[in-house]
Amino acid sequence: MGTLCTGTGSWPNCSTSTCWATPPTLDSDLSQGIQPVQGLALCTLSTMGSAEMCRDLAPEVEKLLLQPSPYVRKKAILTAVHMIRKVPELSSVFLPPCVHLLHERHHGILLGTITLITELCERSPAALRHFRKVVPQLVQILRTLVTTGYSTEHSISGVSDPFLQVQILHLLRILGRNHEESSETMNDLLAQVATNTDTSRNAGNAVLFETVLTIMDIHSAAGLRVLAVNILGRFLLNSDRNIRYVALTSLLRLVQSDHSAVQRHRPTVVDCLQETDASLSRRALELSLALVNSSNVRAMMQELQAFLESCPPDLRADCASGILLAAERFAPTKRWHIDTILHVLTTAGAHVRDDAVANLTQLIGGAQELHAYSVHRLYNALAEDISQQPLVQVAAWCIGEYGDLLLEGNCEEIEPLQVDEEEVLALLEKVLQSHMSLPATRGYALTALMKLSTRLQGDNNRIRQVVSIYRSCLDVELQQRAVEYDTLFRKYDHMRAAILEKMPLVERDGPQADEEAKQSKEAAQLSEAAPAPTEPQASQLLDLLDLLDGASGDAQHLPPLDPSPGVALVYLLDLPCAPPPPAPIPDLKVFEREGVQLNLSFIRPPENPALLLITITATNSSEGDVTNFICQAAVPKSLQLQLQAPSGNTVPAQGGLPITQLFRILNPNKAPLRLKLRLTYNHFHQSVQEIFEVNNLPVESWQ
Amino acid sequence: MQFMLLFSRQGKLRLQKWYVPLSDKEKKKITRELVQTVLARKPKMCSFLEWRDLKIVYKRYASLYFCCAIEDQDNELITLEIIHRYVELLDKYFGSVCELDIIFNFEKAYFILDEFLLGGEVQETSKKNVLKAIEQADLLQEKTEYHSKSFIGFKKAY
Repeated sequence: MGTLCTGTGSWPNCSTSTCWATPPTLDSDLSQGIQPVQGLALCTLSTMGSAEMCRDLAPEVEKLLLQPSPYVRKKAILTAVHMIRKVPELSSVFLPPCVHLLHERHHGILLGTITLITELCERSPAALRHFRKVVPQLVQILRTLVTTGYSTEHSISGVSDPFLQVQILHLLRILGRNHEESSETMNDLLAQVATNTDTSRNAGNAVLFETVLTIMDIHSAAGLRVLAVNILGRFLLNSDRNIRYVALTSLLRLVQSDHSAVQRHRPTVVDCLQETDASLSRRALELSLALVNSSNVRAMMQELQAFLESCPPDLRADCASGILLAAERFAPTKRWHIDTILHVLTTAGAHVRDDAVANLTQLIGGAQELHAYSVHRLYNALAEDISQQPLVQVAAWCIGEYGDLLLEGNCEEIEPLQVDEEEVLALLEKVLQSHMSLPATRGYALTALMKLSTRLQGDNNRIRQVVSIYRSCLDVELQQRAVEYDTLFRKYDHMRAAILEKMPLVERDGPQADEEAKQSKEAAQLSEAAPAPTEPQASQLLDLLDLLDGASGDAQHLPPLDPSPGVALVYLLDLPCAPPPPAPIPDLKVFEREGVQLNLSFIRPPENPALLLITITATNSSEGDVTNFICQAAVPKSLQLQLQAPSGNTVPAQGGLPITQLFRILNPNKAPLRLKLRLTYNHFHQSVQEIFEVNNLPVESWQ
Repeated sequence: MQFMLLFSRQGKLRLQKWYVPLSDKEKKKITRELVQTVLARKPKMCSFLEWRDLKIVYKRYASLYFCCAIEDQDNELITLEIIHRYVELLDKYFGSVCELDIIFNFEKAYFILDEFLLGGEVQETSKKNVLKAIEQADLLQEKTEYHSKSFIGFKKAY
């Protein structure tokens, strides 16, 4: 009876000391043969048996599996389930009795056995193979259950023992998965259960639900699969919210594999968007988005956009991005696509992802025939509401780029609208000044104003004024832009039109374009002697021009305009490529006489492998000066030699400034280098003449 | 099933049965979070919710919330039936059960649960059998009490 106090589940935790204390008691309780005691012991064991306890007491539990009393047996079986979960090796102990236990009639024992077999199969593929042979028996058990009439003891609202049915169906699912033969054996039974189960109450629906899950998971006949999806479709119409929930969840899992079958229930799914329960409407949203395809995209988008307007705030972001993604994949026409994005931006602008702006500008930029249409619509949208930031950003960009089209006023697709230049400027200024505008938005507006200075017919005083004001803006980014633009007006007016031309289409791959922009930005900072980037100069040039054409995305900045852009470009071209430096060739001392020394140093520039640069250095450590110093050189005929002017012809005494002279030798055939030198100079009031061949020339100088 | 919790509308825990080994601290944390989450649900919402990596099935009976945590592959609808069966058993035993019965006789409530579920799985699907087992355990307890009481009485009389 010692287990009575531990057995009742109110014991809050299983401290190790308690666990150590109980095994001897448990052992004796289990073997004593008093049923209630055994029951309690098994209960304790199954609730908090540690791995050691399970190992120790497994034999006892095994014995109890074969006892006559069902009360103890059913508990022993479930205790075995717990033991296997704790100590998987015990599977070998509890596997053999299972097949025998399946012949029992007692529901509790059957249920426990099936749970045990399920646990064994889930843990070991060998067990799974072993138990496939009981599939026919399981089918028989379930069939008997379904076809027998009402039993007061086990039925719930007309369904015979739904707990047992669900457990059997679950096991059949595991056994039939990826196995043709077993799946075939179950097919008829599953069809029978699916059609005959009473679905007026939850119990029947629970069985039906498990049946559907099993059908979808095994290799079932196509007709059966369609039946299963239809059952789920019926569930969607059920008045019980819980049933609709499980239907939506299951359909979401199936939409990839059985797309066409699920499509048939699209209208019902869309109706579920109106659910008041947030978890249901979220599932309905996910499912609806998954069901959009090219044939139903227009209708679906209408529904989804209507939903976007009324949906709860936590679903807004998902809905907006879902709509945008679907629009991108299935847009029938560009105009429809632009309209859709525009609508999303006006309805839920605050919730769209960051790249929506870039995507839309990219899209509009690419649709030349729609420039006029886009700019008109965006202008109207902006005039109504300047609070939705992504919308304002796109509208500002568009107005800047296509302002001329806006002012022309004729656009076939919408009603002609007379837009005044002053109105446009006023609107952009309003955006600039509004406290609702983010710094990025104001940047867009300022740039747009600037671009309009070339697009509009009137004079630019108003624009110049605005730009001038923002030169002292507190926001550094805006201030920088304003200063640049102002400089553009004042000093480089002749270049303004070229710089503010319409943008070429930006590359779609966002991150890459940013990378290039960053690198060319670095190249453009020429004030310090920056080390040369290793990119070819031509593309750098192009990037610089792109940048000068005006900012598009947030990532690109205008580089600080150097005072003389022309010089800057030339400088750019002159920057040599920076190759990896070759291993330096050691210097060579070739001559020494009375303190006068001659050294050779070699350079092989990597971009020209045939070229060898030799610098001779004449030093004087003696007491007397060296004057009239002349050095001449001769090389074999296959090489070309070019002597540059020496730095001087006097080397003062005692380590005075040495003379250096550069020899350029071209050796395209890599012929062995031979060098003869002739020196003439005056030293200690004597004229010296030396002719010698340089020995020990390093191999690297000509190879 | 991983665990079952019973709590009142004020968030007071009346019953807790854990089928997975967890430390005391973890249990308290889970209980607190889950109680808060379930109590925040509006009455018209469905009985299922996803919480961490588990599925939570809950149902309110009068002033008590019955809340079960099941794993991904378990059937939610049958869990609702499990909860309902447990309530029926309590009702049959206590006769029109109310929260007070469970507060004052919690060890019986646990006992009934232990006769219905074992290790998180259903062990007996027959209401009759469960109630019979509880009846027998009650008899056994009374006998023991009677014996110990009479012994004391005997001593006193002597």
